[in-house]
Amino acid sequence: MARIELTNVQKFFGAVQVLRDVNLVIEDGEFVVMLGQSGCGKTTTLRAIAGLETITSGTITIDGKEVQNLKAADRDIAFVFQSFSLYPHMTVEENIAFPLRAVRSRQAEREAEVKEVARFLGIEQLLPRRPSALSGGDMQRVAIGRALVRRPKALLMDEPIGALDAKLREQMRAEIKRLHIARESTSVYVTHDQVEAMSLADRIVVMHDGLLQQVGAPEEVYLRPANLFVAQFVGSPVMNVADVTVESEGTDALLRIGGANGFRVPSETVSHLNGSPAKLGIRPEAVMLSHDAKDGYIETETTNVEPLGSHDIVDVRVGDETLRARCESGFTGGEGQKLWVALDPHRAHFFDAASGNSLRRSA
Amino acid sequence: MAEVKTKGEVVLNRVAIVAVVVALIVMLTPIYWIASTAFKPRSLATTVPPTVMFEPTLTPFAKLFTKRSQLRQPVEEDVYEAAPWWEKLIYDDGEQVVKNRKTGAITSSGYWDRYKNSLIVSIISTFLAVSMGTLTAYGFSRFKVKGEQDWLFFILSTRMLPPVVVAIPMFLMYRTVGLHDTHLGLIILYTAFNLSFAVWIMKGFVDEIPREYEEAALVDGYTRLQAFWKIVLPEALTGIAATAVFCFIIAWNEYAFALMMTSRNAQTAPPYIPSQVGSGLPDWSVIAAGAFLFLLPVAIFTFLLRNHLLRGMSFGAIRK
Repeated sequence: MARIELTNVQKFFGAVQVLRDVNLVIEDGEFVVMLGQSGCGKTTTLRAIAGLETITSGTITIDGKEVQNLKAADRDIAFVFQSFSLYPHMTVEENIAFPLRAVRSRQAEREAEVKEVARFLGIEQLLPRRPSALSGGDMQRVAIGRALVRRPKALLMDEPIGALDAKLREQMRAEIKRLHIARESTSVYVTHDQVEAMSLADRIVVMHDGLLQQVGAPEEVYLRPANLFVAQFVGSPVMNVADVTVESEGTDALLRIGGANGFRVPSETVSHLNGSPAKLGIRPEAVMLSHDAKDGYIETETTNVEPLGSHDIVDVRVGDETLRARCESGFTGGEGQKLWVALDPHRAHFFDAASGNSLRRSA
Repeated sequence: MAEVKTKGEVVLNRVAIVAVVVALIVMLTPIYWIASTAFKPRSLATTVPPTVMFEPTLTPFAKLFTKRSQLRQPVEEDVYEAAPWWEKLIYDDGEQVVKNRKTGAITSSGYWDRYKNSLIVSIISTFLAVSMGTLTAYGFSRFKVKGEQDWLFFILSTRMLPPVVVAIPMFLMYRTVGLHDTHLGLIILYTAFNLSFAVWIMKGFVDEIPREYEEAALVDGYTRLQAFWKIVLPEALTGIAATAVFCFIIAWNEYAFALMMTSRNAQTAPPYIPSQVGSGLPDWSVIAAGAFLFLLPVAIFTFLLRNHLLRGMSFGAIRK
């Protein structure tokens, strides 16, 4: 297993820059998830590590050895494609054995290795079949088996479960996690699905426009997003964001959004704001609803209710803005109901309106 | 598929079936005509109306492979008895096989040599065109080639005028460099002829093979050439088979250049068969026998590759 380090990696496709100064260290045995929208450069980064894409400048090292000029075959890395990329003209066994044949290992060894990996993944009974006779989940297991059989230095996965249906995705997610824990393989995993990222990662790398937006543990990315992009990309339902003005009112502060009456919050929670235009970000679970008028709550009306079984997502109007709140199921009767709403000031995020960077309280 | 059909559609469907059957009869009649004439005695080959019921004979085939002359007088009985079955057929038809006066060996007609020439030229030129075409198509499909569209257009443009237009200059060139009436000459000609076609067809097939297949092989420790050999080639087999069938048919049936560029040594069957019409009274059943044998390789080749031709491209394990 290996430590992968990217230093000042730049990549141009013609005149278009797809990677801008990517600096990233992936520790030995770590599971790093690269998260971002399509076209953000996450897959290009992964392919650059694998050697399927040349980089324009910068260095990539694996275990301290510079590899950016080495061929993919010489980097000792395994790659799992979204399309699985199983060879249709070979059986499952031949598919898994294929990387071993590149290094010309002996047939007996090869068979033993394939059996071992197949047992580990629970696909022994599939070995004589052709890929076309497999279900999506099994194809994925075979693809992972083919990646693992060589015991590579690192395992790179490009949206490996993106093509599966929702239920299977959940199951495979758990399997990939189990596999990582059992094998302790250095893994880099690309996805646009933030749930996958949150549930699998030791660290999440959020990318946008070829730039690393934030690198951190899942909780950190979720609780302390570095900027508006990260704040809105991570978390479902999406974080509420609105222009906010802060007025002081005695010992308290008043957060005014959408031209409505302000939310009264303790002034120390906003003391770090310097008065420049800011945006307020608040996750739905930090928007509190009440049936009765309470101190700090302002009157509102529901505009939409999404019952999700375990909880409801309720849209409420605050001035010209709509806030989405998460509440227990059956909390409101439906649209057009009168409610009172407040914000949890300790879970409110503020961002610079111009740069989008987080305006964080200095701890 | 068992979707609901209206009455009108059912009627239309029947009409379509009748139309297909009629078309099939129209198309198969010449083939039946050739095949049946090949087994008819000479006297029945040109009857009007055509004879449908007859006792099939192998006489035309016996005559096809031998050089013969008219019998001036009936053959002696002991000679007839000693002759092999096929020679008897020829005697029965009032002809005798021309034999070497000293050795007594039979003189064969030129047919078998021409047939061999056809096989040699067609098989080798097909192999060359398909292999070069596949490699070229792979290059265009997988690598950034400067002016790719222009190159591909240029390759296709070699097919834009009827080849016969360049026949005379080609003939002069071939005569000058000594390729006239050689196997090599025809092989080069047919390979060049089929190459553009092979490149274009194969490009379509190679484009269909996902790049990830090779990338997976590259990451797994293979070189690009190995990946091509172990992954792309097996995946492209369907396309290769289809292209090979077409190239083979074109080379096998080519007439104009074969007529002009060859005279004896390297002459293929297509110019030879009609040349027999002109020598004396045409023996139509012999010509039909020659044409019938000439049809077989293409039919067999296509039949052997039919599974590859029919199998769809998307039998793979790629999920998109």
